[in-house]
Amino acid sequence: MSKAPKPRVKAPKSASKGDVVTIKTTISHRMESGMRKGKDGKLIPRQIINKFEALFNGKQIMSANMFPSISANPYLDFDMLVEEAGEFEFKWYDDNGEVYSKKAKMKLKG
Amino acid sequence: MTQVTKKSKVSRRDMLKIAGVGAVTVGAVALTGNAQAKPEDVNAYFKKVGVDAAKASKVTVDGPEIAENGNTVPIEISVDAPMTEKEYVKTIYVAAEGNPTPEVVTFNLTPASGEARVKFRMRLATTQKVRAVAMMNDGSTFTGEKEIKVTIGGCGG
Amino acid sequence: MMMKKSKQPIALALGLMLGVATTGALAEDYVHIAPPSEPVAEGLEGYTSGDARSGFTYASEETRTLQEDDFENPAFLWVEKAQELWDTVEGDAGKSCQSCHGDVESMKGVGAVYPKFDPEVGDLLNLEKRINLCRSEGMQATPWKWESDELLGMTALVKMQSRGMPVNVAIDGPAKEYFDKGLKFYNTRIGQMDMACKHCHIDQNGTYMRAELLSQGQANGFPTYRLKWQKLGSLHRRFRGCNNNIRAAKLKNGSPEYMALELYVTWRGNGLPIEAPSVRK
Repeated sequence: MSKAPKPRVKAPKSASKGDVVTIKTTISHRMESGMRKGKDGKLIPRQIINKFEALFNGKQIMSANMFPSISANPYLDFDMLVEEAGEFEFKWYDDNGEVYSKKAKMKLKG
Repeated sequence: MTQVTKKSKVSRRDMLKIAGVGAVTVGAVALTGNAQAKPEDVNAYFKKVGVDAAKASKVTVDGPEIAENGNTVPIEISVDAPMTEKEYVKTIYVAAEGNPTPEVVTFNLTPASGEARVKFRMRLATTQKVRAVAMMNDGSTFTGEKEIKVTIGGCGG
Repeated sequence: MMMKKSKQPIALALGLMLGVATTGALAEDYVHIAPPSEPVAEGLEGYTSGDARSGFTYASEETRTLQEDDFENPAFLWVEKAQELWDTVEGDAGKSCQSCHGDVESMKGVGAVYPKFDPEVGDLLNLEKRINLCRSEGMQATPWKWESDELLGMTALVKMQSRGMPVNVAIDGPAKEYFDKGLKFYNTRIGQMDMACKHCHIDQNGTYMRAELLSQGQANGFPTYRLKWQKLGSLHRRFRGCNNNIRAAKLKNGSPEYMALELYVTWRGNGLPIEAPSVRK
């Protein structure tokens, strides 16, 4: 999108200890590959989200290093083993140095 | 009084024209460039990251047989391996044989992942194999691949 | 290819003139949808109405999966942003969409009847134009640019309140004139390839143009996230793409021709469920 990239996250609000839960994330981003030419015939400089990180209570669950072959509005879907209640933090690292983040809380079921 | 559009009244000329629609369309393909990786480049990439001797097993690369558009191809990779503190999939390397550069994405997993399964969407410049290598925490490696056809549509391509 | 001029446009224009001048029953003289030769795949019956079939029924399973889940559907990146804009006060009147309309759920049904002739404005409006009129008149704010993320997102947000409802645009009364104009455009050969909309979407509907399965060109899913565009896009952007493919001049978004065409194309799908924001290849 033209303005600031917007992250979206779908993570369970509650889960039981021992569950493996699925987390879905995406962010609006052109993922400009650096291989396309603009109308002026010059290469449009590369600007992609080069790294994604998922943390729970500060501990890394997974991370992903992305390259220009990843589609625009990058979508990632992965799992987590539930041990305790707490807070997710998701981070997207842009080639331009910006870091976009989003948090989500998860409770433990009964 | 009128001109009625009938399905049967399509001339061969019209059909030929339809076949030509979009033939020289320069699409908004995200991955263009003169260079295209070759299977050897993927081999070299896997060698560079140290997973070139992977055994062909345990890794499933799932995606469409035919992608409707190469700009957004959903891919799911799963590894048939435990995810415990002792034994887990540490890294999944994904590479493409027919894109300008071989590397696509690298996933760094932990025992907290619970499952060695990831889903993402990638660009495919042409029909090609998507290959993945999973490296376990002890350094052993497994690989899997899938060939995905990318069609060049008249309007969608 | 261009040497021999087809006689059809002349006959067509004549028919159109007669139609408009005499009975006004122009619609009866044309085929609007080719009856499908095969039944729709199992499970997709809900995406049809009579002979009309949504583009969803032509899409691959992978593409349909992307649309079916509101999280996996990338169009919702725009919709979510529009949800925030709905409540955002802008312009000299100090209003947001919410100030006049309440929650966006109040828009249920609206997307199913647009484009629509507005007697106050004295012109045909589609959702994009309606939204921008609300901005310029009601809010006294700057209208959004066509194809901007804001206008696309808001159009999708408003239209999706009618998801599942049948498309039901009116073509009588003052809308008739626009309908006839749209119908004429649809059937008129244009561009270097000398083709009309109907050649692909009626005559060759259901056949392959190289690897492309030609759909009926229905509008019930717009705005749509096109995998090719890698973003949300309007119906008029799609018209421009089609015109470009047949080497015809692309007209402006919101131009009188495309407005009339939007009414005709939308009417062809009366009865199909609203799917916006859809995902297409």
